[in-house]
Amino acid sequence: MRLKITHKTTYSYDRAVQYALLQLRLTPRSCRGQTVLDWTSSITGGTVQVSYHDQFRNAVQLVQMDDGAETLEITSQGEIETENLNGVIGPGEGLAPLWLYRAPTPATTVGPMIRKLASGLKKEVEANPLGTVHKLSEAVAEAVTYTKGTTHAATTAEEAAQAGQGVCQDQAQVMIAAARHLGMPARYVSGYLLLDGTIDQEASHGWAEVWIAGLGWVGFDVANAVCPDDRYVRVALGRDYAEAAPVHGLRQGDAQEELCVSLQVQQ
Amino acid sequence: MLGRTAGGLFWMFRYLERSENTARLLETGLRIALTGGQVNESEWESIATTAGVRSAYLEKFDTFDQANVTNYLLRDLDNPSSVLSCIEAARSNARMVRTALSSEVWEAVNEAWMTLKEELKRPVSVKNLAQVIRSIRQHSSLVRGALHGTMLRNDIFDFCRLGTFTERADNTARILDVKYYVLLPSAAYVGSSMDNMQWETILRSVSAFRSFRWLNEGDATPKSIADFLILDKRMPRSLAFCYAKIVGNLSFLGEGDTLPCVTLAEQINARLTGRNIDEIFDEGLHEFLKCAIGDTGRLAAQIQEDFRFYG
Amino acid sequence: MTDRRFFDEMTLEGGDPRHPYSGYADWFSGEDPKALLKKSAEAEAFFRRIGITFNVYGQKDAQERLIPFDIVPRIIAANEWRQLEKGIEQRVRALNAFLADIYNKQEILKAGRLPEHIIAQNEAFLPQMIGMMPPGGVYTHIVGTDLVRTGENEFYVLEDNARTPSGVSYMLENRETMLHMFPELFTQMKVRPVSSYPAELRRSLSECAPPNFDGVKPRVAVLTPGIHNSAYFEHSFLADQMGAELVEAGDLKVVDGKVQMRTTKGYKPIDVVYRRVDDAYLDPLTFNPESMLGVPGIMDVYRAGNITIANAPGTGIADDKALYSYMPDIVEFYTGEKAILQNVPTWRCSEAESLSYVLDHLSELVVKEVHGSGGYGMLVGPAASKKELATFREKLMAKPANYVAQPTLALSTVPIMTKKGLAPRHVDLRPFVLVSPNRVHITAGGLTRVALKEGSLVVNSSQGGGTKDTWVLGD
Repeated sequence: MRLKITHKTTYSYDRAVQYALLQLRLTPRSCRGQTVLDWTSSITGGTVQVSYHDQFRNAVQLVQMDDGAETLEITSQGEIETENLNGVIGPGEGLAPLWLYRAPTPATTVGPMIRKLASGLKKEVEANPLGTVHKLSEAVAEAVTYTKGTTHAATTAEEAAQAGQGVCQDQAQVMIAAARHLGMPARYVSGYLLLDGTIDQEASHGWAEVWIAGLGWVGFDVANAVCPDDRYVRVALGRDYAEAAPVHGLRQGDAQEELCVSLQVQQ
Repeated sequence: MLGRTAGGLFWMFRYLERSENTARLLETGLRIALTGGQVNESEWESIATTAGVRSAYLEKFDTFDQANVTNYLLRDLDNPSSVLSCIEAARSNARMVRTALSSEVWEAVNEAWMTLKEELKRPVSVKNLAQVIRSIRQHSSLVRGALHGTMLRNDIFDFCRLGTFTERADNTARILDVKYYVLLPSAAYVGSSMDNMQWETILRSVSAFRSFRWLNEGDATPKSIADFLILDKRMPRSLAFCYAKIVGNLSFLGEGDTLPCVTLAEQINARLTGRNIDEIFDEGLHEFLKCAIGDTGRLAAQIQEDFRFYG
Repeated sequence: MTDRRFFDEMTLEGGDPRHPYSGYADWFSGEDPKALLKKSAEAEAFFRRIGITFNVYGQKDAQERLIPFDIVPRIIAANEWRQLEKGIEQRVRALNAFLADIYNKQEILKAGRLPEHIIAQNEAFLPQMIGMMPPGGVYTHIVGTDLVRTGENEFYVLEDNARTPSGVSYMLENRETMLHMFPELFTQMKVRPVSSYPAELRRSLSECAPPNFDGVKPRVAVLTPGIHNSAYFEHSFLADQMGAELVEAGDLKVVDGKVQMRTTKGYKPIDVVYRRVDDAYLDPLTFNPESMLGVPGIMDVYRAGNITIANAPGTGIADDKALYSYMPDIVEFYTGEKAILQNVPTWRCSEAESLSYVLDHLSELVVKEVHGSGGYGMLVGPAASKKELATFREKLMAKPANYVAQPTLALSTVPIMTKKGLAPRHVDLRPFVLVSPNRVHITAGGLTRVALKEGSLVVNSSQGGGTKDTWVLGD
C-alpha cells in the first residue's frame, strides 16, 4: 500500500522563548515491510543543529528555536510503500542487544496493577508465547480503556493501569511493562496509521512490539486490537514512549505553550 | 576570553577594592576617635551609611557604636560588604579565573585570604584595629603590586582594572554624597572645628588628607575639596581619574566594535572633563553625585551585558 | 622497626637499602633529621600558599584541606617500571577494545566469555552510547591504573579508573616541590621527569579531535563542575598547564551544530572537551531532564561527530567493580595474550558459594561495594571491630550482589618521615596513562598514596592518606 503522510506540528508561545532545544524523531525508516519513497521535513522558527542516528537507529534532528521566535512549526511529509507482514517485523536491526529490551525503564516499571494483569498468563508463556501475547493485548485493552485527556506524556504504565484508562501510548506502555514482566523483550514504536473514513487525524500513533522466539519482533496495537499491517508506518523505536517520542525537548523561561497538530494520512 | 572569566576578574577586583575602601572608612573613624574628636553615634552611623550597609546593620543592631560597627564592617559574614566577605568573594572569583592570573597574583590573593581569615576570626578590639587595618591594606597592595608587575597588558588586565575603577568611582561618589551637606557653601560659613573634622574625615577616607594639604597649602574650602575629589585628574581616587581610566580600558577592550558600554563611559567621562566645580555647585552637588552613582551602576550593568559575563 | 610480614621497598631484611634506594639512602644518612622535618613543614606551607587543596564534603569548617605530603620519595627501578609499563599498556588497550565491543557488536557476550547480566544489570552501561564510535576510536583517553605491590616481583591491579581518574596534579606538584627542596638529589640520581604530562595530554586529546574540525589546531577545553568540586584545583591546574580554556557547563551552548563557549566576543567552538563531570550531569536533554546542569544537546553533537568527549560517556562500565573479576578474561579475549599484571582474587558475593565463603572469612577479607569509590562503604576485615563485622554481615546478607570480597593484601611499605625518624607505611601507586588513536603513553612516575596512620591499609585521601613523589629511575 502506498501511504501519503503530511504531519505538521506547531508550537505557539505567548512571548518569545528564551532558549529551546528539541530532538525530533520524525523520519520513518526503510526496513522490512516499509520503503520510504520520498520524505522531506521543514522547520520554521527553528534551525536544525545536527542530524544523526541514535542507539535505536532512529534518525534524529536536533533543533534549536531561533532567537526571538514565538512559533515553531515542524512539517514533515512524504510517501511510504508498505507491505502487510501481519505484525511480524522479524529480526532486529541495529546494535541494541535484545537484553536491553528486557529491563524496565522508569516509565515501564511494573507495579501491583500490571503484575496482577500479567500473573494469570505466566504459566502459558513458555508453551505458547504468541498466543499469550495476544491474550495479554486483549487483557490490556480491557484493563486500560481508551480515553482521551486523562493521562499525559509522562504518565507511567503503572499509573495508567491504576487509572484504568489512557490513550494508545499508555496502552502500549502497559503492554510493554507486562510483556517484560513475563520475560519477553518489548519495545515502543511511534508511527502513523491509516484510518478508515478519515484523512485528518489528531495525533500520531504508538504501539508495542514484543520479541517472540522464532518470529522476532511482532507488533501489537492494543488500541485497535490488531497486529500492525500495511496501514501502519513505523517511525521511531525505544524502550518506552520517551525514547521514541516524535518530539523531546527542553525549554527555558516561562512562556506558555500551545500545541497544534495537523496530520493527514491517506492512500 | 570566556565571558564568565571576564566577570570573575571584574568582580575579583571590585571586591578587593571594596575591602580596602571599607578598611579605610574604619580607619578614619578610628583616627578621629583617637585624636580626641567626639565620635558620636551619628559618626559611626554615617560610616555605615557610606559603606552602603546602614539598613542591613539596623536589622541586626539598634544603635551605632564603635564595637558593633567595626565588627559588622570588618568580619560579619551576614554583611556582604564586610572586609571578610569581600576577601572571601575576591578569592572565590580568583579561584574561578585562576587560569587567567599569574601565579604571583593568585598567591597574593590566596595569602591575603589565609591571613585575614585568621586575623578576623575573633572580634577586633580598638587595641588591634590599627594592626588589622594595616594588614588589609598591605595585602591589597601586594595583590595590586603583583598585578602590575607580573600580568600581561591584555584584556585580562583591562577587566581587572575596570573592576577596580568602577568600584572606586562608586565609593568616592558615595563618600561625597553622605557628607555633601558639609561641603555646601552655607555650611562653610559656620567654620567650626566640627566641620574641619568632617572635611578631614572625607579626605582621610579616600587617603588624600596629606596630598590635598600639600596641593592646597592647607587651604581647605568646600569647593577645593569637591574639586579635588571630583575633577582633579592627578588624584587617583577622583571621579575624573577613575572615569578616564575606565574609558581607556574600555576602548581597548571594545576595539573594532561599537559597544554601548564604551559610548556610555565616554558620555559620563565628558561630564567630568573640562568642567568647573562652580557649575557643579550651581547644578546642585547632591543631584550631581546621585547622578554619578546611578551612572556608575548603569555602566557596570552595561559592561556585564556587552562582555557576556553571564549566559 | 620494619614489619617483615610486609615487603618494604626501601630496606632489605639485613637493614641494607634495596637497590633502587641505594643512592637515596646514602644521601639520607648524611642529612640532619631535624632539618628534614623542617623542610617537611615548609612543603606544607608551600602547598597551602599555592592552593593545592581539595574540598571535603560535609565538613563545614575544613572546607579546603591539604593532602599531606611526605618528603621521602617512592622509588621504582628502571627494570621494574618496564614490566609495569608493558602490563599497563596491555590492560588499557584491552579496556578500550572492550568498550568499543560492548557498545557495538558485543562479541564478548556472544562468545560467552562474560555473563550477560554483568552488563545488562549494570547502571554504568549507558544505552545512549550503543552504536557510537568516538573520534579516533578511543573511549577511555585518560586512565589511572591503581596498583599495589606485595613482593619483589608481585604487583596487582586494584582498580582501573577509566572514567575520570584524578590526582595527576599531585604527581606534578609533588615533583616540583621535591625539585625545589632537594635539588642536589636530582643531580645525583637519574630520576625520569614527569613534567611533560600536560603537553602530552594536550597532544593526546588533540589527536582524538573530530576529523572534520575547522581551523589549524583542535580547540581543547577542560569542563569542570566549578570551584566547589573537590578536584577543582586539578581542573584549573591542567587547563592552565595545557593552555586550554577552563569551562563550566554554563559557558557552553550548542550553536551552529557545534558546542561553543561564550567569550567576551561571542561564541567560539570547541573540538575536544576533557570533561571532569559525571555522565549524569553532562546533558540534561539526554540524561537528566530534571536538572538544568550540563550542556543541553552536547550528546547530540557528539553522536553527530562534531565534538570529542574525553573520556567518552559510559566508560564507567570498564572500571566497574562488578566487572573487575573478569578482567583477566577480558584482557585475554581482546589481546590474545595472558594478562601481564595480576588481578586480585575476587569473590563475587552474588554467587552463593562465594558468599558463604566470604561470610565464613569476613574478618580476613576486604569487602567492597560494587559501585562505591573513595574507600567509603568498605570493610577491612582484619582492622574491624566485632561490632563492625556484625553490622557489615547484615548489610552483606541483605544485598549480596552489591559486594565483592578480596583477600587483605599485604601492601608493601615505604618509609615516611616522622618525628621519630623514618617509619614504614603502606602505599599504592597510580600511574597515569594517555590513549590516542595510535599510541598509549604512560608517564614515568605516578601518584603514590600512603596510609599515614601506622598499620593502616587505607590510602585514600578522604580517609587520612597522604602522597609521595614517585621516582622512576632511568637506566
